[in-house]
Amino acid sequence: MAEYNLPPKTTVSWQKRIKAVFIALAVVALYLWTFLGIDIEWGRAIERISENFGVVIPKLFNPDWAVTREVTAKIMETIFIAFAGTLMASILAVPLGFLAAKNMTHPVIALIGKWLLSANRSFPELILAILFVAAIGPNAFAGVLAIAIHSTGMLGKLYSEVLESIDMQVVEAMEANGANKIQILFHGVLPQVIPEFLSYAIYRFEIDIRASSVLGIVGAGGIGTMIIFASMNRNWNEMGLILLAIIIVVTIIDTLSAKIRQKIV
Amino acid sequence: MSKQNSQPQASKAPSIYPAKLKTQVAMIFLAILAFYLFSMFWTQNQMTGGFNNALSNMKQVAEKFFPPNTSVVSNVWGPLSQTIQMAVIATTVAAVLTVPLALLSARNITTSKSLYLSVRTFMNVLRTIPDLVLAVVFVGLFGVGVFPGILALIVFSLGILAKLISETIEAVDMNPLEAMRASGGNTLQVIFYGLVPQVLPQFTSFVLYVFEINIRASVVLGLVGAGGIGLILDRELQFYNYPNAMAIIIVIFFVVITIEYISSKIREALV
Repeated sequence: MAEYNLPPKTTVSWQKRIKAVFIALAVVALYLWTFLGIDIEWGRAIERISENFGVVIPKLFNPDWAVTREVTAKIMETIFIAFAGTLMASILAVPLGFLAAKNMTHPVIALIGKWLLSANRSFPELILAILFVAAIGPNAFAGVLAIAIHSTGMLGKLYSEVLESIDMQVVEAMEANGANKIQILFHGVLPQVIPEFLSYAIYRFEIDIRASSVLGIVGAGGIGTMIIFASMNRNWNEMGLILLAIIIVVTIIDTLSAKIRQKIV
Repeated sequence: MSKQNSQPQASKAPSIYPAKLKTQVAMIFLAILAFYLFSMFWTQNQMTGGFNNALSNMKQVAEKFFPPNTSVVSNVWGPLSQTIQMAVIATTVAAVLTVPLALLSARNITTSKSLYLSVRTFMNVLRTIPDLVLAVVFVGLFGVGVFPGILALIVFSLGILAKLISETIEAVDMNPLEAMRASGGNTLQVIFYGLVPQVLPQFTSFVLYVFEINIRASVVLGLVGAGGIGLILDRELQFYNYPNAMAIIIVIFFVVITIEYISSKIREALV
């Protein structure tokens, strides 16, 4: 007679059980609130899609090659916006990253720096773009500023995390040998962080290309301007070409960026 | 003797970087700088009055935005909760749909190479399209409303989630799975008892991360007519009603920060 030895059942403490019940209740409440509150007009959506599907979809896959030149110019502008914005951010984020790193400054300053960076991050690019368009008019430079400011928050946070993970023994050894702050910075800290800083900046460029391609929706330049006009005129052939251009450019930049980042780190 | 000799040498220590690398780095640096200057020139080209004019203008506009009109805040809660509800639904649907897609695009689970490659390529193409562009297309297809917004969020987050989770699946420890297969477990049993326990914490964490992204994305979806708080923001901006717009922006800001804070705390507890 074979006898099986089953592993003993794990015992769960009652605190954990109560916690699990509370979490479950919170999740259920969230879903109840969501599904009772949301009002999806299914009838209208189905009516529209049955009208539009046969018209829009074939047009999307049949790009209007006549606007190739315009689309190319605008997609180049998108790349310029993303590049200028990312480069500004990657430089601005260096001092902020140092400020927000626990091992580089006073912990209180680091905490304040972290808060500032996360507050900065919480502004979506498009909202920033709206503000800058209102301030300096509907042009590509408003987009550059929006991208730069939003990316600074993200990059500053990543930079500070890189700085917090460096080998402090090197720094201590230099301090013990009588190196001054600037020497420590240039010979102890920067060589450890530069590859990762670069890698994050390049990664951010990938994200910013996507972001800057929609900035035109609020008037901040780039291919988004054409997107919003094409959709207003229901010119789906043109939209097809725009989508194709975005897919190609983003794919190329993603691939290049991944290659470069592999080489750096 | 040798100690004394090394003393003057140390001050004239040769550079640790080879000269070739230095010129390479200098060339790359110059190319980046040139491209940057060109980009700056190009993007400022259409600006009327140049940079200085813009700076003074900025000050004027800042005065227009302030003080924010707090009386609109009471009208904001409806669209704002709609925004959050859109993000909740989209994240849930995407989390469910991503399971088969992530399994299909994980190299160690899907053994058919052509299937794995085609799913992966499809997801890669999907991920290149920004969420707002998807929203524009879906608004064109389904008309103005919440539904196209939710759909855009689902498609967009599906791309991110499937990639993150398939990478997690590829990184799991395959030994328990092999042991189960060897002792006669079928595919479903292997997935449920071998794979799921290893992936679940990461899965939950990634879903919360995508929820944060969706909250931020759904805030602006209304700008293209896809529901949520962006709709009223767009309306206020079109009427140049800047104090109202500023009040809405501030509310958005605090809600996004709160949700991100809660979500990041939960994620820290999970992983």
